[in-house]
Amino acid sequence: MGRIFTVFHALGLMLVVFSAAYIMPVATAIIYDDSAMLLDFLLAMVWTLASGLLMWLLTRRHKGELSIRNGYLLVVAMWTAMPAFATLPLLLMLPGLSFTDAYFETMSGMTTTGATVLTGLDHLPPAINIWRHELNWLGGLGVIVLAVAILPLLGIGGRQLFKAETPGPMKDTALTPRIAETARNLWIVYVAITLLCIGALKWAGMNWLDAVCHAFSAMGLGGFSTHDASVGYFNSPLIEFIMIVFMLLAVVNFATHFLAWRGKSLGVYLRDAEAVASLGLILSSCLGIALFLWWQNVYSDFWVALRHASFNLVSIATSSGYASVDYAQWPIFAPLWMMFLTAIAASSGSTGGGIKMIRTLVLFKQAGREFRKLLHPAVVDPMKIGGYVVTNNIVFAVLGFISLYLMTVGALTFVLLISGLDFISAFTAVLASINNCGPGLGVVGPASNYAGLADFQKWVCTFAMLAGRLEIFTVLILFTPEFWRR
Amino acid sequence: MKILILGAGQVGSTVAESLVGEANDITVVDMDGGKLQQLQSRLDLRTLTGNASHPSILEQAGIADTDMLLAVTQSDEVNMVACKLAASLYNTPTRIARIRSLDYLNRPEVFSADNFCVDFSICPEQILTDYITKLIEFPEALQVLEFAEGKASLVAVRAFEGGPLVGKPLNFLRTHMPQVEARVAAIFRKGGPIIPEGGTVVQEDDEIFFIAATDNIRSVLQEMRRMDKPSKRIMIVGGGNIGRRLAKALENDYQVKLIDHNKKSCEKLAGELANTLVLNGDGTDEKLMQQEYIGEVDVFCALTNDDENNIMSALLAKQGGARKVIALINRGAYVDLLQGGKIDIALSPAHVTIGSLLAYVRQGDVVAVHSLRRGAAEALELVAHGDRQSSKVVGRRIDEIDLPKGATIGALVRGGEQVIMGHHDTVVEAGDHVIVFITNKQTMKKVEKLFQVGIGFF
Repeated sequence: MGRIFTVFHALGLMLVVFSAAYIMPVATAIIYDDSAMLLDFLLAMVWTLASGLLMWLLTRRHKGELSIRNGYLLVVAMWTAMPAFATLPLLLMLPGLSFTDAYFETMSGMTTTGATVLTGLDHLPPAINIWRHELNWLGGLGVIVLAVAILPLLGIGGRQLFKAETPGPMKDTALTPRIAETARNLWIVYVAITLLCIGALKWAGMNWLDAVCHAFSAMGLGGFSTHDASVGYFNSPLIEFIMIVFMLLAVVNFATHFLAWRGKSLGVYLRDAEAVASLGLILSSCLGIALFLWWQNVYSDFWVALRHASFNLVSIATSSGYASVDYAQWPIFAPLWMMFLTAIAASSGSTGGGIKMIRTLVLFKQAGREFRKLLHPAVVDPMKIGGYVVTNNIVFAVLGFISLYLMTVGALTFVLLISGLDFISAFTAVLASINNCGPGLGVVGPASNYAGLADFQKWVCTFAMLAGRLEIFTVLILFTPEFWRR
Repeated sequence: MKILILGAGQVGSTVAESLVGEANDITVVDMDGGKLQQLQSRLDLRTLTGNASHPSILEQAGIADTDMLLAVTQSDEVNMVACKLAASLYNTPTRIARIRSLDYLNRPEVFSADNFCVDFSICPEQILTDYITKLIEFPEALQVLEFAEGKASLVAVRAFEGGPLVGKPLNFLRTHMPQVEARVAAIFRKGGPIIPEGGTVVQEDDEIFFIAATDNIRSVLQEMRRMDKPSKRIMIVGGGNIGRRLAKALENDYQVKLIDHNKKSCEKLAGELANTLVLNGDGTDEKLMQQEYIGEVDVFCALTNDDENNIMSALLAKQGGARKVIALINRGAYVDLLQGGKIDIALSPAHVTIGSLLAYVRQGDVVAVHSLRRGAAEALELVAHGDRQSSKVVGRRIDEIDLPKGATIGALVRGGEQVIMGHHDTVVEAGDHVIVFITNKQTMKKVEKLFQVGIGFF
């Protein structure tokens, strides 16, 4: 069992680091002079720090290199343990809240899903709201690091595509030679864009608390809001526009942002085939849905249709999950198309969820290759993305990932159906969770939230969020007997 | 002139062959002693076996008093180093290198006097690619050569029934299309040259060489034969240096299919080319050709480095219904055998590429030398200098210039813009680029002398 202890050793260290995250809500509590909250958060911080330290010290004899297998274990352990500790302030502050609900909320935060079971968000103490949104933001940060530094090492679902040493959009990046240095650079970009976003939202008329919270959840593409009515509360086209811009920034690979910033050139974005496809698809869909709504007479004015279609579509497609109107009332094509986009539109190395655009591109190109092979049996036709050749091994891994993704969506939908949910609610709840989007349709639609689900159904969704965020293979591999066999 | 040639490959030996006849002292250096022996047994030159970029070898080859260095080995790097050494250690006046890699060619500063000291770089593959590209652009032409940076062109075309000029005397051309300036420079009938005059009647199957402004090529071609539909579908066999470059040059304007027999290089090619369909197979496999609709192919190019393979696959393609077939053939004997038969164009890489090299080698103000009909005739672009006193050309009407027999002035390009046809009363001015057409290679020296400026000029 020695290898388990190495994982615990690393996990302990991660928890010690994670306890620093409480500084932000603690500071908020001090600013708002809320002594009860201050106490709660300090308690939670001490708890987390102590548990982490204890775990770290007890296992220090097992310090050592992590094997690839332990890497899977550590990643999953991190993403289950951190939300568990993060529930502490919620449980302390809201005595009526069950652990299921609290864990759903924090998991939703850390996986940047943004689905909530809480109501009366407007009346939550500022420190709690900051904490929820900080989880979104940290989740986003974690995902970027996961994407560039950890998942490539584990080689999941053609993740090598994004690795610097293989062809793909990040090839000419070769950001920096060392992973740690790369991760640090991406953090800087992430923090810089977040600060910009806070400034822009404040300028557009939010108060500081709302600006910080919404910037956090927008950059993490989480979708938490400080208001039950989400962004609809502000009813401001300017705020919606700013959020659209920053959500679109966050849905692009942060490595591309870094390159553009370092090279001081926007041409980098055009060379990133994934960013072009992803932004192109989202923006053309905005226009299409706006025309559709206008044509269907949902909105009699085209510009109003464009405003609402753009904000809600960008929010869902980027897997954020804000709402400005109850789009579930739109003709079913529009919300379903939005749910479809959320599954595919985000770029790798962004904070978005789902299959990722690059895998979608691989899928499409593979279909094209099959046609070409039928027409020209002698053809030599390697897959190319952005001018770089993608080897067949990677194509297989990507196709494997997509089929596992579809099977997981199917299986979890059936589980929710068995538990008694209607089809649209069950299907969209699974989609919204596994893609880390947030609101679905039906009983989990934008006008309501996940509070109406039974405990079991919440656990299913919690699992879907975790699986989706960690690229499915990472989580499911722990359930295979081979993984535990020596 | 003392000339040192590094590399006895295809290019090196062809250059040596054409220069040795012009009273030059030639030394050839190569690693492969066998190749050198072959060369020495045929030609009157000196050879040396060794690494062409080593100073000791260069010294032995007599670089100290060499007038011109031609570095044409297989390796770009060896060629560049040799030029650098020649410049900095031995002060060799002229240094020419064969450079293939676009990575170097795209950065001209690499060749500057501060760096590798290459005076001129040539890339035979690129020249050949440009040449074939032109042929595909004008599918009716047998040969298209550009002068004065592309302003004027010399085009070879076979006269066919359906052309308005066929069966008529040449001066009909001027009355038929008065707005287009063109001049027929030579006609080859049954293998022999005819000096064209106004009354010469064009017959079917004549090979006609005419000079026109590049923009007018198409309308002149129309006079000689019925026009074909513009080419759309191109099939290339052989994905070597030339095939690859050609596919890259054509793939955005045509539908290009490229066949190569090596699976590995197919994969590499497919990775490099964006819009070309790369096929793995044998260029002489008629099943594969049928599968890929050879009957619909407009231009078929056999460009492997095996003559026999190219000939066979070109013949098969023609049989299968390809509209026009081009075969790359290295052996001169084969070229003469095949040209004008079933294979529409037999290309000899040596003759296509040697012109640009020879232009540097020749003295005087020769800008370009192109060899026509596999060397039976040549077209020169020369710059006229001086004034009526110092030059034998400037300030004179064309009929006053003492041209040797077999040489005609086809056209002048004035100021880099205006293309003037060479009529008997046209007056040559200083700075004109004069395009001279020579059917007898022996007169080349005389023409060059004619354009040299007399002592009085200085």
